[in-house]
Amino acid sequence: MHSSPPATAPPISLKFPRIFPRPKSETGIWSWIATVDHKRIGTLYGVTSFFWFLVGGIEALLIRLQLSRAELSIIDPELYNQLFTMHGTTMVFLVVMPLSAAFFNWLIPLQIGARDVAFPRLNALSFWIFLFGSLLLNFSWIVGDAPNGGWFGYAPNSHLAYNPTNGMTYWVLGLNVLGIASIAAGLNFIVTILNMRAPGMTLTKMPVFTWMTFITSVLIVLALPVLTVALIQLQVDRIYLTNFFNPAAGGDPVLWQHMFWLFGHPEVYILILPAMGIVSEILPVFSRKPVFGYSFLIFAGVAIGFMGWFVWSHHMFTVGLGPAANSAFAISTMAIAIPTGIKIFNWIATMWGGSVRFSSAMLFAISFIAMFTIGGLSGVMHAAVPSDAQQQDTYFVVAHFHYVLFGGAIMAIFGGIYFWWPKATGWLLNERWGKANWLLMLIGFNLQFAPQHWLGLDGMPRRIYTYAENMGWENTNMYASLGGFLMALSVLVFIINVFISARQRKTAGDDPWDGRTLEWSISSPPPHYNFAQIPVVQHRDDFWFKKHPELVAEYYEHDGHEDVKPAPSGAQVDDAEEEAEAAMTHHASSDSEHHDDHGHGIHLPDMSYYPFILAVGITIIAALMIVVQGWRFLPTIALMAPGVIVLLWGLLGWSFEPVNDPDPEDAHAH
Amino acid sequence: MTTAELAQDIRTDHGEVINVSTGLSNKKLLMWTFLGSDVMFFGAFIATFLVYRNRSMVGPYPADILDIPITSVSTFVLLMSSLAMVLALSYVQQGRKSLGTFWIFAVVFLGAIFMGFQWFEFTTFAQEGLTPRTNLFGTTFFILTGLHGAHVTIGILWLIFLGYSHIKGALRADNAIDLEIAGLYWHFVDIVWIVIFTVIYLISARDSVPPGGVPWVH
Repeated sequence: MHSSPPATAPPISLKFPRIFPRPKSETGIWSWIATVDHKRIGTLYGVTSFFWFLVGGIEALLIRLQLSRAELSIIDPELYNQLFTMHGTTMVFLVVMPLSAAFFNWLIPLQIGARDVAFPRLNALSFWIFLFGSLLLNFSWIVGDAPNGGWFGYAPNSHLAYNPTNGMTYWVLGLNVLGIASIAAGLNFIVTILNMRAPGMTLTKMPVFTWMTFITSVLIVLALPVLTVALIQLQVDRIYLTNFFNPAAGGDPVLWQHMFWLFGHPEVYILILPAMGIVSEILPVFSRKPVFGYSFLIFAGVAIGFMGWFVWSHHMFTVGLGPAANSAFAISTMAIAIPTGIKIFNWIATMWGGSVRFSSAMLFAISFIAMFTIGGLSGVMHAAVPSDAQQQDTYFVVAHFHYVLFGGAIMAIFGGIYFWWPKATGWLLNERWGKANWLLMLIGFNLQFAPQHWLGLDGMPRRIYTYAENMGWENTNMYASLGGFLMALSVLVFIINVFISARQRKTAGDDPWDGRTLEWSISSPPPHYNFAQIPVVQHRDDFWFKKHPELVAEYYEHDGHEDVKPAPSGAQVDDAEEEAEAAMTHHASSDSEHHDDHGHGIHLPDMSYYPFILAVGITIIAALMIVVQGWRFLPTIALMAPGVIVLLWGLLGWSFEPVNDPDPEDAHAH
Repeated sequence: MTTAELAQDIRTDHGEVINVSTGLSNKKLLMWTFLGSDVMFFGAFIATFLVYRNRSMVGPYPADILDIPITSVSTFVLLMSSLAMVLALSYVQQGRKSLGTFWIFAVVFLGAIFMGFQWFEFTTFAQEGLTPRTNLFGTTFFILTGLHGAHVTIGILWLIFLGYSHIKGALRADNAIDLEIAGLYWHFVDIVWIVIFTVIYLISARDSVPPGGVPWVH
């Protein structure tokens, strides 16, 4: 790399006919469609997935309405199947994953001191594929054929022979499209975190949230392909009538379960690790202490990400895999409680002895610890095979995973919203409304899901659309339903809070919470280019120790970190600063005129509409798959032609398009 | 690791210098990570093939239909395409344009021959009565080898694009990284074929009616 000679001739780039001019304007709808800015893409992810959060919430409320009394018939069994399938699918794939992606997009470049992600156009592609995939999945509601086989889509129950409507075809195709988006985003964040760190930010100085994002991305990249394979197998079974899951031809129903849960259990950690990262950022800030046992926190995260691959069969204890397999998976499942427990003690010890401020964000973070611990403990109960045999398919399991996914992931995400909102917008969310939001959510959540432990132990099965009057489940179900509507109220309070705060516009300033990581060192909202000068990192929590240099000795003397020196030797820092400077001013060279323009002479990738077009092409192909059921090969290919043409247009346009159009000013400067 | 070690200058394909932390260019890191992801993709399909081995309830069984000599030839052709890929990259990196162009299109040509063999094999099998709908062997065989063929086809299209860029002068020694990552992909697809060839042809080719019929059907 270093030995290659500098290019003297201007690089030749190939031309591809443009149908639309390349967008240049910073405002308007086209600037959003063509954006490659990680902050805007983060906002798009956040808004879209919040919309799906409301949709998934309404699906849950309809379920709770139907179950509030015995033998109600507000919802018929078929619609009930569709509701619980789409509630689960929506909340996992369209809410928690993309809400986490919104945080990744907004924060990772800011936390590692970069100007954007490694592949900005690929990042835009991920969002558009996610958006269109989510629309394709939910389009099934409009045609009245929503998926009805559960979010786990067990084959052969989801097979054409037993499920002849198009619902599960939409599910398969929608999830496959969403899978492409997730994998592309995962690849992008792995490369970004490994390669785009500011000078001095070694792996052991990265913020905890960045670390958890990295582990999550690795899990996404390795786990999603397994789901993709299972979905392709079900897809060709449903569309081309092959035999993967066809029992009449010897297809094995347990194969689907293995494939789905081999993806599905790492997926659980894909959902929770970002939330763990978020609380690991909130707790130290509002305790005014560095996070306790940073190395343990990171290694526990890595251990969870690794061990998460060896526990999937605990979803299948009642399948009959035999005592050897069941014991092995019981032990591995119990073992994963150890790194999880380490993290919980880390968080508690972070608060211990700190000067704790109970802001809304902090309250959500503390609730996360409490709720997640309860959900984790009931998880250990499932790890015991005989006990699990009693709990399988009951409301006890429903209570368990809502404690980890709502009480865990969503609580942490709300905390993250309150924490980083001022950074993203420049104004604070109202704290009083925020605390009302928190209190209602905590009470509503526990009112809904705590009683479900009892319902489950009392034998109430999951996925039934009603129950008999004499079962003694009526009151408990009524509490649960009331809790559900209380949670809906708390979300309403959040929305009201956003509007009230937007009107109040209480200016946040750059650093409203006395933050620790690099995102708080720049203005709120951050400029387009993030950092005018790439920071040089000396410590963990670098920004906080730059603000409070007197605390460096206190926290690092007795901690035994070999990599943190109270005063780094001058030569090294100078080197790194020079390099950063050199990299930054490379384009502007010594041309000082460039320094006063809006971009400080910084070249960011120009906008591009090709990611959008490529995503449209992929979605057209997936959508057309729905009609080709049972067709022969060549007519299928012929029907796919429009999608393929759009896809090739996007792909070729993208490949021929330079990252930056040649800048007339720049051309004569060089 | 000192602070100075972390930031390394890398030249991008537009002659721009950027700092990367690992010293490995973003594109190359992306391709390696993607290949890791693709390992899981093929791994799951190959696992499915192995799980369903010897479980077809009707023929044709592998012993009736697989032709190892013919597929050995196409395997050899694909292996030689990897050699051509190595030469193509080497010549492009040295800036020897006509040799570079020749070997890029040699890869395309050999890849196309491999796909021709696959087309011949698929149509022959269909004539002999094995389709993806016939039995579990048909389903797993066609989908696994078909998706591998799709990977090869994508590689061929990609290399045609790169060959064209090389002729036009847009792919040169200083941005040969673009060809290098295509090469990583090509070699990976080649290695996957070696696994598939071993699992489907070498290991399973003598599979016939399972002894005692199909014992799991009661």
